Amino acid sequence: MIPLLSVQGISKYYGAHIGCKDVSFDLYPGEVMGIVGESGSGKSTLLNCLAGHLPPDEGQVVFDTRTDGPRDTVTMSEPERRMLGRTDWAFVHQHARDGLRMGVSAGGNVGERLMAVGERNYGDIRGKATDWLERVEIDASRVDDRPITFSGGMQQRLQIARNLVTGPRLVFMDEPTGGLDVSVQARLLDLIRGLVRDMGLSAIMVTHDLAVVRLLADRLMVMKSGRVVEAGLTDQVLDDPQHAYSQLLVSSVLQV
Amino acid sequence: MTHDTEYNFAYLDEQTKRMIRRAILKGLAVPGYQVPFASREMPMPYGWGTGGVQVSAAVLMPQDTFKVIDQGADDTTNAVSIRSFFQRTAGVRTTTATSDASVIQTRHRIPEERLTEDQILVYQVPIPEPLRFLEPRESETRKMHSLEEYGLMHVKLYEDISRHGHIATSYAYPVKVEERYVMDPSPIPKFDNPKLGNMPAIQLFGAGREQRIYALPPYTSVISLDFEDHPFEASKADHPCGLCGAIDSYLDEVITDDQGGRLFVCSDTDYCENRRNAGHKGKDAA
Ligand SMILES: Nc1ncnc2c1ncn2[C@@H]1O[C@H](COP(=O)(O)OP(=O)(O)O)[C@@H](O)[C@H]1O
Ligand SMILES: [Mg+2]
Ligand SMILES: [Zn+2]
Repeated sequence: MIPLLSVQGISKYYGAHIGCKDVSFDLYPGEVMGIVGESGSGKSTLLNCLAGHLPPDEGQVVFDTRTDGPRDTVTMSEPERRMLGRTDWAFVHQHARDGLRMGVSAGGNVGERLMAVGERNYGDIRGKATDWLERVEIDASRVDDRPITFSGGMQQRLQIARNLVTGPRLVFMDEPTGGLDVSVQARLLDLIRGLVRDMGLSAIMVTHDLAVVRLLADRLMVMKSGRVVEAGLTDQVLDDPQHAYSQLLVSSVLQV
Repeated sequence: MTHDTEYNFAYLDEQTKRMIRRAILKGLAVPGYQVPFASREMPMPYGWGTGGVQVSAAVLMPQDTFKVIDQGADDTTNAVSIRSFFQRTAGVRTTTATSDASVIQTRHRIPEERLTEDQILVYQVPIPEPLRFLEPRESETRKMHSLEEYGLMHVKLYEDISRHGHIATSYAYPVKVEERYVMDPSPIPKFDNPKLGNMPAIQLFGAGREQRIYALPPYTSVISLDFEDHPFEASKADHPCGLCGAIDSYLDEVITDDQGGRLFVCSDTDYCENRRNAGHKGKDAA
């Protein structure tokens, strides 16, 4: 089997400062990769380089495209990369306001990607949007309400619906449960877990919450100062961390 | 008629007019594309259509005949002052007759009478960017245009239908030009949209405050955006004109008395007048 995403030697510098350095890994179809590390360790920088939001300074991000097979998304043309961004990829931001159009109805938010890929039947678009609201446990009667009237947990679920409506194969998530109440987090995690399983999604999820990776991630990378210091199966890394920093992290000394 | 020699012909200096003409030519070469230009201070407020005035200044020739319409009428303060501005600074002949004009500057309407290849229609544009409603970042809208990412335009129409049950946008209704650029046709009623396409006259759009010029060369394809199940409709008030009886012209509703009496009349006053002169009579005509 060829990897869905093959990351080779990705580095990103902010001037002389390291954002992330020499990160390599493969992600296979259906896998969920967790990226953990303390604040400032380079998780978001790495994720944004992988998702095409930031140009890396070194390295390749090879994605197995539907039409042309493996392609380096760093060097492909911007229109191609942006097309992937609204079809085969999804990106769930920590702050819903970064991932939603707050002035547009829930239905319009979910429908945007459909319209972006050329759907032109209002009834169909609205029907799919309503289906997706229900799949993320938002009452269909809220389809015309704006996300500003939604709770934090609902906004996050709406963001997920908006991203998954075009049937992407790879989902990037940056602290998707950050800033939510614990009980709201649990519901969201259950939902994400169900969707990943039902849709056979592959995902890369950044978090500083080890409970989240324990629940969702098959594999884990631990980052420190921009570098991956340890990687492996989630249970292995969490139960038997090898690197001193991972040990600290797991022993919750570093957990905030 | 001679113009006031205190000014250069049509007020702007030759270098500025050349710069604006270059922008116009570029606009004509890439229909619907918003060309940036260095908008000049004009001796009138922005709301008065300084973009249109600068475009008119750049295309007017001494032998031209100039007409100005504001919401279809030639006699509003705005229309009168722009007309007299060019009378004074360019010494051009002016007219209220659509068919006599070689350059027509307009705000909010396209004349009912079909224009010809010998005419230029200049629109005053307040907001040239059709995507701004949902995406305020200029860097992002520029990218969307260059990559033809126009899904957002349909989000706006989707929102319209979800809120009102139909596409309620009735002015500045977005269009796609030559299957490439999405364009704001300026705040003309959507009734006028079908006239934008395949028009024999040159159409130039000037936005002064926003410093943009765009253009439609003659016989350009212009399609109003819509959904399969909510097709575009060039709607107007469902009445004949009270004065000339026209059933094919865009109507203004006029309150006639304190008792709530209303009258629907052609918004294009020249069109209405010509019809009445030709003997057509509406039910409210005296
Ligand atoms: N836009 C930026 N400009 C300069 N430095 C940045 C920028 N974004 C992040 N950094 C720095 O890069 C490092 C990694 O940041 P980030 O990827 O946001 O970490 P994390 O997501 O793990 O908290 C930090 O030292 C941070 O201060
Ligand atoms: Mg981060
Ligand atoms: Zn009439």
